[in-house]
Amino acid sequence: MSNGTKRIITATINGNETTMAIDNRMSLLQALRDVAGMTGTKEGCLTGDCGACSVILNGRVVDSCLVMAAEADGAQLETVEGMARGQELHPLQTQFLEHAALQCGICTPGFLVAAKALLDRNPNPTEEEIRYWLAGNLCRCTGYRTIIEAVQDAAAELKTSAR
Amino acid sequence: MEPFTHPRHGKYDVIGTRPIRHDGEDKVTGRAQYGADIHFPDQLHGYVLRSPHAHARILSIDTRKAEAMPGVKAIVTSKDLPRLPDKIIESGEGVENQKYMSDRILASDKALFKGHPIAAVAATDPWTAEEAANAIEVQYEVLEAVTDPVEALREGAPLLFDRITTTTLGQKEVKATNVCLHTRHQRGDLAAGFAEADEVFEREFKTATVHQGYIEPQNATALARSDGHITVWTSTQGAFPARDQIATVLKKDLSKIRVIPMEIGGGFGGKIPIYLEPVAVLLSEKTGHPVKLVMSRADVFQTTGPASATAAKIKLGFKKDGTLVAADVWMAYEAGAFPGNWGATGAMCVLAPYRLPNLQIDVLDVLTNTPKVAAYRAPSSPQALWGVESVMDEAALKLGMDPIDLRLKNAAVEGDQRPDGYTWPRIGLVETLQAAKASEHYRSPPPNKPNQARGVAVGYWHNAGLQSSATVAINMDGTASVVTGSVDIGGSRASMAIMAAETLGLKAEEVRPLVADTDSIGHTDVTGGSRTTFATGYAVYLAAQDAVEQMKHRVAKLWDCKPDDIAFEGGAFRSKQNGHEPMTVRKLAPQLPRTGGPVQGQASILPKGVGAGFGCHIADIEVDSETGKVTILRYTAVQDVGTAIHPAYVEGQISGGATQGIGWALNEEYVHSDKGEMLNAGFLDYRMPTALDVPNIDTILVEVPNPGHPYGVRGVGETPIVPPMGAMHNAIARAIGVRVRELPMSPPRVQAALAHQPAKPIPA
Repeated sequence: MSNGTKRIITATINGNETTMAIDNRMSLLQALRDVAGMTGTKEGCLTGDCGACSVILNGRVVDSCLVMAAEADGAQLETVEGMARGQELHPLQTQFLEHAALQCGICTPGFLVAAKALLDRNPNPTEEEIRYWLAGNLCRCTGYRTIIEAVQDAAAELKTSAR
Repeated sequence: MEPFTHPRHGKYDVIGTRPIRHDGEDKVTGRAQYGADIHFPDQLHGYVLRSPHAHARILSIDTRKAEAMPGVKAIVTSKDLPRLPDKIIESGEGVENQKYMSDRILASDKALFKGHPIAAVAATDPWTAEEAANAIEVQYEVLEAVTDPVEALREGAPLLFDRITTTTLGQKEVKATNVCLHTRHQRGDLAAGFAEADEVFEREFKTATVHQGYIEPQNATALARSDGHITVWTSTQGAFPARDQIATVLKKDLSKIRVIPMEIGGGFGGKIPIYLEPVAVLLSEKTGHPVKLVMSRADVFQTTGPASATAAKIKLGFKKDGTLVAADVWMAYEAGAFPGNWGATGAMCVLAPYRLPNLQIDVLDVLTNTPKVAAYRAPSSPQALWGVESVMDEAALKLGMDPIDLRLKNAAVEGDQRPDGYTWPRIGLVETLQAAKASEHYRSPPPNKPNQARGVAVGYWHNAGLQSSATVAINMDGTASVVTGSVDIGGSRASMAIMAAETLGLKAEEVRPLVADTDSIGHTDVTGGSRTTFATGYAVYLAAQDAVEQMKHRVAKLWDCKPDDIAFEGGAFRSKQNGHEPMTVRKLAPQLPRTGGPVQGQASILPKGVGAGFGCHIADIEVDSETGKVTILRYTAVQDVGTAIHPAYVEGQISGGATQGIGWALNEEYVHSDKGEMLNAGFLDYRMPTALDVPNIDTILVEVPNPGHPYGVRGVGETPIVPPMGAMHNAIARAIGVRVRELPMSPPRVQAALAHQPAKPIPA
């Protein structure tokens, strides 16, 4: 390995303390995918323009391709792999399936994580608020309607559930 | 094959329902394995060195410094590829010359576009691979580049190849040129046709290069074993066509190559050609390790896909009553750096919706220093049809006709001929136009504030047949497993399960659909051409029918009668003598082992009877008179889908296609420097629609069943990308009184049009 120095970082990923030996040049996206083996977070552009790599870092949704892995030392991370509780899918996951809000599915983890970050802070978003919040996530298949509707219905479901 | 009559159309048990897709949970939990998700403990990372010049002679490549770097395991150049003959073969949805296929994978004598692969490195980590690739010393003689197809036509334009001459109607010309193909269709008497016309419009149009824009970059991982067997894991629209192309480029037996199609993150035609696969194989052959390659987004924009930029001259003649009497069309399509025939496809589409007694169509495929263009959703039809739809709208205004009525007056019907001579079978253009006219959207008053208006346009795609294979195995508990070779880009597993369930009298959830690799099923062509639900669905139907026939023999054994005395109706085997209780598959299945063993139906087909798709879109828009930005107020897409197998995914295809068309119409374009470099090779500057840019698109499904398919399927995915450019253009024209005849109709372009001509609404 040329010029690369390694370091050990520890982050809490989906509630589990995880220690990773990372290369200093790695993005958080690479650390998640290539070191932790969590490939649910997707790479679409590596320039922060498509949102496929969205994760929640200390409560804020970020493009993990724009975060250095070293910066995540000590962080609380949430990824798509942590959304379901055991066998129970998160209402966003269920509603994406009900609404056929995915076609190829590559952008889906990023949309789910970004939408979760929205509902975590705003349980009653308007359609416009959802559209603004998700404008950093590109979907080339659906035309967005089903995604917006899935988020709306998930918000309604979350209000009536104890989750 | 007798035409199917569809007595149960609209009354199916499973077809038309909306079950949860079978691969859904894996895709919302992050478990689904896409191409870049594959990982081997001993894998090496590959990196491709690409030409920084759009046009250059390669004088030398020196890899010595790079080879000496620690961690570098192998370097390959075009010298590692076998020399291939100058011979045309079928490839995916189109045709390709073998020598050019090889040169496209790794350049030999010339770099023909910026990003053209020159060499590739395999190393122990991605950073080393990249550093080593950049340490390769390449000497170029930089040549003048040409990226615009019209510029490439000019006398004295830089020539990409010294030896390419134009083929016109099978005749070769002598002089070297950038025109690689000239397609012509003629009918009737053009001069007499125009002489008969009361109104003649002659207009010019241009479109920019656009990209398919799938979110998942190309990737490939290969393992070459010492016994000569090769496995390739890749994101492809067709594992078998990918295997064919890899075998051709590497000159290997098909049986030595196994392509495992991973989940695919979008394709839209752009993942039919191979790019990285042969490079990964060569690097694995040299190292004995699996080698993984993933493109950057800039690589994706600069070296894959795109769809042709075009220029067009369209002349249409009408009688006073709106009857089209003559059409003269000239078009030039960007072919990119290697010869292709996508312009020829445009020639099939350009006047397809309309009945025309007199016509001439001339279309040129023109070589340019840009990546070789690839299929993009209804390839070549959008660039061709939007200009025609613009003229149709002008004519409707001039003749004082409703724009849908003008199209109805000229709409092609069964028995009419497409411009290339193909005779239409039963098609649903008239029904589509009628449904658009009857829609709540169209019946509501058009928006009428300043700079607001409504536009309509028609779109067409012929859809494809091609080869498909399927097996349907009956499980002992009465469920079924369906295996096909069609990769699932947009929910096709669910469609296959639905058609098998309908045929077998099961529920969709009782059928498990699986996508197989090239060692596990018969040849199956690409997921593309809107063919999967049609052709692979047809194979699934036949395989299920085969299973039903086999099961009839088992029931005959149990009932001690002849198989011919048994009918399968309403999901159960029934005795024609009425002596027995009907028997469902579920009831029979446990008895299969003792009546002769397992039952598996199979079918491998090359179906005829492809059903063309027509759509009509209605757009209400507002133009910001200061910025030129277009806001869509309301949008409705109407389409004849034949039969909607899983309506939610049919609607999804239509609204997704319309959204891509809207991006093409309003924002998306390649911007080139005068040196031929793409200046906006990223999602920030190549502006695809976001959730803020498109409204909720309404869809209206018209179902005129295709007589060529057992369940009436036509194919859906491509047609909806065609109408948006015309619909947006016509709406903008009616809103501001200026026709913007160049795509994209981006804010600066609309603003410029407004500045040159003060707003004066055309009376609707």
